[in-house]
Amino acid sequence: MNSLARFFRPLSPAGLWLGAAFLAVLLLLPLWAGSYVMTVATTVFYLALIGQSWNLMLGFAGLLSIGHALFVGIGAYTAAYLFAAVGLPPVVGVLPAIALAVLMGVLIGYLGFRFAIGGGYFALLTIAFAEFVRIVIDHVSWLGATEGFFLKVSSADRHGIDLVNLRGAPEMYYYLIMALALGALVLCRFLLRSRLGYYWQAIRDDAEAAEALGVNVLRYKMYAVIFSSGMAGVAGVFYAFYQNSLFPEIVFNIERSIEATLGSIVGGVGTLFGPIFGTFILTPLGEIVTEAIDLLKHWGVIDPQIKLDGLKLLIWSFIVVLIVLFKPKGLWPWVCSRLRLTRPEAEG
Amino acid sequence: MAALLRVEGVSKSFRGLLALNDVSFDVVERGIAALIGPNGAGKTTLFNVIAGVFQPDNGAVHLGGAEITGRRPDEICHAGIGRTFQIVKPFAQMTVLENVTVAALHGAGTVASARAAARGFLEMLELDTKTAQHAANLTLPDRKRLEVARALATGPRLLLLDEVMAGLRPSETDRMVATLRGLRDETGLTILLIEHVMRAVMALSEHITVLHHGEKISEGPPERIVRDPAVLECYLGDQDR
Repeated sequence: MNSLARFFRPLSPAGLWLGAAFLAVLLLLPLWAGSYVMTVATTVFYLALIGQSWNLMLGFAGLLSIGHALFVGIGAYTAAYLFAAVGLPPVVGVLPAIALAVLMGVLIGYLGFRFAIGGGYFALLTIAFAEFVRIVIDHVSWLGATEGFFLKVSSADRHGIDLVNLRGAPEMYYYLIMALALGALVLCRFLLRSRLGYYWQAIRDDAEAAEALGVNVLRYKMYAVIFSSGMAGVAGVFYAFYQNSLFPEIVFNIERSIEATLGSIVGGVGTLFGPIFGTFILTPLGEIVTEAIDLLKHWGVIDPQIKLDGLKLLIWSFIVVLIVLFKPKGLWPWVCSRLRLTRPEAEG
Repeated sequence: MAALLRVEGVSKSFRGLLALNDVSFDVVERGIAALIGPNGAGKTTLFNVIAGVFQPDNGAVHLGGAEITGRRPDEICHAGIGRTFQIVKPFAQMTVLENVTVAALHGAGTVASARAAARGFLEMLELDTKTAQHAANLTLPDRKRLEVARALATGPRLLLLDEVMAGLRPSETDRMVATLRGLRDETGLTILLIEHVMRAVMALSEHITVLHHGEKISEGPPERIVRDPAVLECYLGDQDR
């Protein structure tokens, strides 16, 4: 059996067809979608990439991070600064961006694991570091402080394809983030079937038993943090060159970190496709809610003076509560078994 | 015969409560030895000291002549001690095959070879029809077997078994006894077991160490231990276990 056939083996014929159709629609999306749909689709894949990274830590290795915006933000600021200050193109700048994000992950991981800060306290540690870095950057003038850090964009940059400098048409960003998100999916699947994946899941289910079976728990937890923070750092580089503006208040906001968790929770923590599936439900839903409110205001059903900024989050939270109550393993495993997308003997 | 495991004057206390008091004994290479004693005697604590979960306050543990005292559990596993847990610790969300594969991985070059090795151990423990089940769905006797399969898959020189017969029917106990003795005869494995099921202890062990209140009160061959007044006294009213 060649490796390609083995890669798709867990999928049933129905799963293969649906997957192919899904991929085809997404590949052809720019042919008919307007700029608004393109923006939403780009955001979906961007959040799916971060979700994949977050899920690697919690879903695979049992490590809860509520500070994932930190790794994204460090990746973003590093690549943006190196581009603006010394002209280092992001295709190279992504390497120091990953390195710094990983370094931060290793620091948090070392403090957490070495001193056996477990579970919820580890999550608090990740929040604390994200806030700490936000406050530091708030005061670093060469990173723009609270005023924000900007990358120069000319109108000529909005056309064509320049993958070295990450400058080009919206379609380029869309295909790039799609490739990155799907690449992260493939990487995660590869990792999960490797020694690392076996050890991570063992640590997640019972660290003491894993240790008794010869697993160096601290080291393998650290590997999980390294892969996760590195992936988030890559997402950050994309963010920097897609948005061209970085504000500590926005980049490191805890809302970003929570956002990173929601897609995976809805899709299914610990599953491979859950983070992508969940994001594909939540992000468009959020947009629909926002649009619907605007429309209702436009029609005068709702007083246009009323601010409803928090409504999207409120609805998202409500969905998360419903998921946790009724489908705690997430929607993807349920959809999989309902539509028979996977072969019975293989796991999602 | 040479001692594979040597426990020398091990003491361990928890918040002033002496759980182990100057315990010494040897387990000979290729031997099957048992550690018995009433509940709370310190048997599991001693296992945890040997396996590196607890640091002893005093004393030392040697495996094959090398001191392993104070090393981490994963290092002690690599040194050649495989253990089971009295309160079973399956990787609940992983399948039975994956559970054992985790253990087989450290001696295997690839995941594929570890999976193949794991299948062998599952067959040995009569779990080969349940490889695709999630460990969370196993019955208690099957979980006990899974514990043994996992410990064996680490490729140990010394196997520490903590009450793996508890909950098994007499016929199942006999099969487990036969499996363990077969393993020792074929592979030269050394076994130290904590057991309350006397049917298994008497059938398997060549040497018994008796703990009571954290102290060794007797040791010797089984036929002598069952007649030892000190042992009978500490077990009084508890003999049917």
